[in-house]
Parts: sequence; structure tokens; C-alpha cells
Amino acid sequence: MIQNIAWAIPFFPLIGFMAIYLLRTKMPAKLAGGIASLMVFLPFLASIALFFGVDKSATVTLFDWISVGSINVPFSFYIDPLSITMMLIVTGVGFLIHVYSIGYMGHDENANTFFSYLNLFIFFMLMLVMGSNYVILFIGWEGVGLCSYLLIGFWHKNTEYNNAARKAFVMNRIGDLGFLLGIILIFFTFGTATFTDVFAKASILGSGNEVITLITLLLLVGAVGKSAQIPLFTWLPDAMAGPTPVSALIHAATMVTAGIYLIARSSIMYSLAPFTLDVIVVVGLATAVFGATVGIFQNDIKKVLAYSTVSQLGYMFFALGLGAFSSAMFHVTTHAFFKALLFLGAGSVIHALGGEQDIRKMGGLRKAIPTTYAVFLIGTIAIAGIPPLAGFFSKDAILAAAFEHSKVLWGIGVATAFITCFYMFRLLFLTFAGEFRGTTEQKHHLHESPKVMTIPLVILAILSAVGGFLNIPAIFGGTEAFTSYLKPSLGGQTFEPSHVEHNVELITMFVPVLVLAAIVFIAYKVFVAGKRIPADDRTERSGIVRIIYNKYFIDESYSFLFVKPYELLSGKVLSWIDTKLVDGAVNGIGTLMLRCGATIRKVQTGSVSLYLFLIVGGLIAMVAYLWFI
Amino acid sequence: MEKIISVIQVVPIEHYIVLSLILFCIGIMGVLFRKNAIVILMSVELMLNSINLLLAAFSAYHADPSGQIFVFFIMVVAAAEVAVGLSILVTMKRNNDSVDIDLLNRLKG
Repeated sequence: MIQNIAWAIPFFPLIGFMAIYLLRTKMPAKLAGGIASLMVFLPFLASIALFFGVDKSATVTLFDWISVGSINVPFSFYIDPLSITMMLIVTGVGFLIHVYSIGYMGHDENANTFFSYLNLFIFFMLMLVMGSNYVILFIGWEGVGLCSYLLIGFWHKNTEYNNAARKAFVMNRIGDLGFLLGIILIFFTFGTATFTDVFAKASILGSGNEVITLITLLLLVGAVGKSAQIPLFTWLPDAMAGPTPVSALIHAATMVTAGIYLIARSSIMYSLAPFTLDVIVVVGLATAVFGATVGIFQNDIKKVLAYSTVSQLGYMFFALGLGAFSSAMFHVTTHAFFKALLFLGAGSVIHALGGEQDIRKMGGLRKAIPTTYAVFLIGTIAIAGIPPLAGFFSKDAILAAAFEHSKVLWGIGVATAFITCFYMFRLLFLTFAGEFRGTTEQKHHLHESPKVMTIPLVILAILSAVGGFLNIPAIFGGTEAFTSYLKPSLGGQTFEPSHVEHNVELITMFVPVLVLAAIVFIAYKVFVAGKRIPADDRTERSGIVRIIYNKYFIDESYSFLFVKPYELLSGKVLSWIDTKLVDGAVNGIGTLMLRCGATIRKVQTGSVSLYLFLIVGGLIAMVAYLWFI
Repeated sequence: MEKIISVIQVVPIEHYIVLSLILFCIGIMGVLFRKNAIVILMSVELMLNSINLLLAAFSAYHADPSGQIFVFFIMVVAAAEVAVGLSILVTMKRNNDSVDIDLLNRLKG
């Protein structure tokens, strides 16, 4: 059966990793990049084969892994619409990013290691989305966290980058603790971790059950850490320390969507826990608003995109909480396209300017790097949600679900969409329009990126433009292909797009579009016609602008509440215990041995008379003992 | 034969035992209290000979020759031991110019 090729899908990137890593000093960077890209392209082809070949779902068991008592965890893959969708995104977008990296990282001294890490990441991500039970998912989950650490801190000679990598890993770990507790509770409650079995048993338990609510909350903690929601999101902007392809792959298209995948996969359980869904709505919407507001005042091209990612992930969580799991997955797909496009485009800009990332020092690049400008423009229009590009359809699917739930939530969602449009066009205009504000040195070196970088950009731009047509709503006469394709996997889906009244839906769809157009015009007036450039870092900002510019001082409060006390604890208390108690005990035993030795050594006096005395004495003692037995 | 035995048995066995004991104790005291290595060797010989005396006495009193056979063995061993002991003593004299055992304290721990 076709599904038997499923084992090969994660296998290719794994051997790619091992081959490139072991031979990293012996092959040229272009070859390593080629092998790495091939090792992602082959799984992409295999995923397409599975897409056409697998009807409904299939489980491919590789071997019996854990079999203890009544607990049975097989090492198997579950191929169903949801996992195939994720596989296609991961391998498809991943392949484009690998090709892009050949150009972007090709001159780096450790380029081969980079490619091997990228392959390792794809391997773990595929394990994550293909696993048939929570344990294999967790393996992939941890693995992508590891690869994130390796890749963020790739330029490891810089201490700040290492700190960013460590921060990402620790925050992920905090989420992982919740996830692990959730898995243990699943074992406890259902005796199994395999998806199909767990969901079947959960349905029997019914809605509102406390255990299921607890399980879903714990899994949510894991998702919050991995997908950068409030409160575990501060690692994502710092993660921009890594090379741009890393930001595109891991922190836009794939790893951060793992949390959404987890919740979508467990949709049946989540639909049975309305309390958790409410929590998700609040967390998601708050994160969306937060990310958007901070993004308005950021001045590093990658940081703007990072906060944009936080905000869009918030949107996806918002959709999950509303029961619109397919809308969330649709947004995952379109977001993968345009966010990867935007990040790679930003990488192209940074490459052209020889490393400059501050948008206040850019400007007027429209003429110098036209292809990059064109694709970045498409990406910006897509993320703003302007029809007929992809973002419009996916965001609208989410907002329609919100509208059915509560007008207030819909209002906040739409307002955030307006803010998104504003800061993205701010970024576009400050980077590409107006006059060039950099050094003459940079002006001379301005050049368009090589084809190996621009072709993936163009492909992603096409996908961002037409990707929305995967899920044309019924109101336009479309078939909602994406939603119906995913229906069998998302048992917990409660949002039915076709239930909204037609006229209302049309108004709620298109009135915001008019406002968006107005916002683009406002942004143009401010930043292009008005030539307003954000002030440099030394300027004092006041009031609410100061708070938002400093990212609501969240990093500072975490440092004050958690990091400093912990450092104090380990620096004073724990190190005291370590040096005084532990080392004291170990050294004490050594000293004790030496003292005993010193005392017993006194028997060896060297005096022959004493020895003779001891001989005689010993003989007498022996005879006396034997005599008087 | 019987005449010799009856002549010997005029002196009770206890006398031989006490004599042997006293000689043995004198030997031990010589080993413990004397500094001169030659004197210590002589004391060891004294101890061995006291035992020889005792064995011979028992052998005569019970008309059993095995006691005196054993005396032969002891004498052979004593002779060999003296040979070795005296050669050690000679080496000691060569190194320290003296046979005082208190000078041999270099194995002090």
C-alpha cells in the first residue's frame, strides 16, 4: 500500500543530517546545500504521493516500541488529512528555504553544519506531525526545540546570540513540563497515548469532565511555550539572532505552528472542554493584540516580523478557541507562505545591504532590488488581509467564526487586523520607498540577490497570492476545499462557515477591506509623503508610546520576577550548598582516610626492640588463647 | 635399659620441667632486654636448647625415642638459623660499625 513509503519521509532528512554532519569538513558548501535540499524535496514528493494515495487515514507501524504491562506505545505514523497537510507545508516550504539558504549561508564558514542542522530540524518536525501517539509527537516536539537552540545560537561566538538561544530553550522547556504532565495524565486516564484510542475513549467521558479539562489545559501550557503565546513568547523576538532562513523556517512556518497542530490534532478533546477553549480565546486574542501593538514601534526589520508572527499565532489560537480548527489550520498554511516569504525577503534586503537590519537606515530600495521589493509587497498585501490574496481568505475565516461567537471579539480581531496592516505597510514603506538613508558604502554594494534566493521568493509569492483559493467560502460559490478535506481529522470542529447569514457575512468581509485600504493610504501619507522616520534609540519617548516601545517592559518584569531571584538563589544558596556541604562531605571523607592512616602508621616505629616485644607478646597471647580456648 | 631408666627416674619429672621453663624465660628476657645482637642470638639459642632438654627428658621418662629424634630436627634448624643470623649480623656490623639493634630504625613509618 502507498502508505508504506511513510517511513521514508522522516528517514531522508535524518540521513541527510548524518551524512552532511559527519562529512562536514570534506564537502563544499554548495554540495551540502544541494544534498540537504534534495533530502527535503524527496519527502515532499512522497507527501504528495500520500496526499493522492491515502484514502481517509492510515497507520503505518514501524515496530513495537514500549510494551510494559498494559501500556503499549508502538512506533507508528498516522497518515490522515491533518498530518498530510502539515507534511506538505513542512517539506514544501522547508525545501524552498533550504534552496534559499544555499545562497544566503553559502559563504559562511560553518555552512555545512547549518545545512545538517536544518535537515535534523525537518526530521524532528516530520516526526512531530506524523506520529500516531502523543509520545512520538513529544519526541519531535523536544527535537525541534533542540534544533531551534542549535540554529538560533548558530553564530555561537557571539554571547548575546547564545543567550537568546538559551532563553528560547528554557522557555520551551517550561511549556514542555506542562505538556509532559498532560501526557502522563493521558496515560493515567486512558491507559494509552495513541490518538485514535484516546479520542474514542474521551468521547465516552463526555463534555465538561474535569480530567479532560485538566489534560487540555496542560497540553495548552506546552502549546503556549512552543507557539509563543502570552506569557511564554519573549523568546521569539530574541530568536531573531539566528540567521534569517532559520527565522523563516522555524519561527514562522513550522516549529511555532506545532502548538496549533497539537491542539488541532486533539480537537475532539478540546471540544469536550469548553473552559479550556475560553482560556485559549483569551490567550490568543491577547497575544494577537499585544504582538500587533508592539510591532508598530519596532525598528529592526526582523523584530517587526517577529512580533507580527507572535500576533498571527495569536490569531490562530483565537480561531482554535472558537472551535474553528480548520480556519486555524488554514491560517497556518497561508501564514507559512507569506511569513516565510516576508522573512526570506527581509533576508534578501539584509544581504543586499551587507548586514544592515535597522529600517531607519534603509529606504528607497525599490529601484535597487526590484524583485525583492515585488515579492515583499505581495507578502505585505497578503498579511494585511487584502483580497484576493491568501491572507484575506484565512483571516476572514477566523473573523467569521469570531463574529458568530461574540461581536466584541470580532471587533477586537478586526481592530488588530487594522494595526497589522498599518505596521506592515510602515515596514514596507520605510524599507523600500522614499530616499536611501544608508551609507554611501552600502549604496555602492546594493545588489539584487542571486537566483537561488529569488526563485524561492517568487514561488512563495505565487503561493501567497493564490493560496487563498484553497478554501473559497461558500458565499462566493466556492467549495471550501481545505475545510472539507480536513473535516475527518478535526472531529471537534464546531464552527460551520455556511451558517452565517449571507448579507451580514458580506458586510463583515468587505467593510474592513475598505478600512484597510484607508490605512494603507494613511501609512503612505505618514511615511512616504510625510517622510517621517522613527526616532533613534536615544530619543526619549513619553507616556503610552514609551511603554509600547519598550515592549510593555515584559522582559524587564520577567527578569525582575523570575530570572534575578533564580540567579540569586543559585548564586548564593545553591552554590553555598555545593561548595560547603557537598564538597565538604567528599573532601571530609578523604581527610578522614588520611587521619586514620596517620594514626595507624604510628605502629611502624622502626625500633627492633619493639618488634621483638610484639612478637613475644603475640606468641604468648596465642598460646593463652588456645590454652584457655 | 631398665636400669638406666630407673636411675633417671630418681629425679622427678617436675624438676626437668621447671628447669626448662626457667631457661626458656631467661632466654625470652635476653631477647627482650638486651641491645647487643649477638646476645639476642644467644638467647634464642638458649630458648631452643631449653626445649631440647625438655624433649629429651620426656623421651627418657617414657622410654619413647621419638622425643630425641625430634631434638635432632630442632638442632639442625637451630644450626641453619644461626648461620643465617650471624651473616646478617656481620652485614650489620659492616654498615653501622656496631651490633646495637637500636641503630636499625630506618623503617620508621
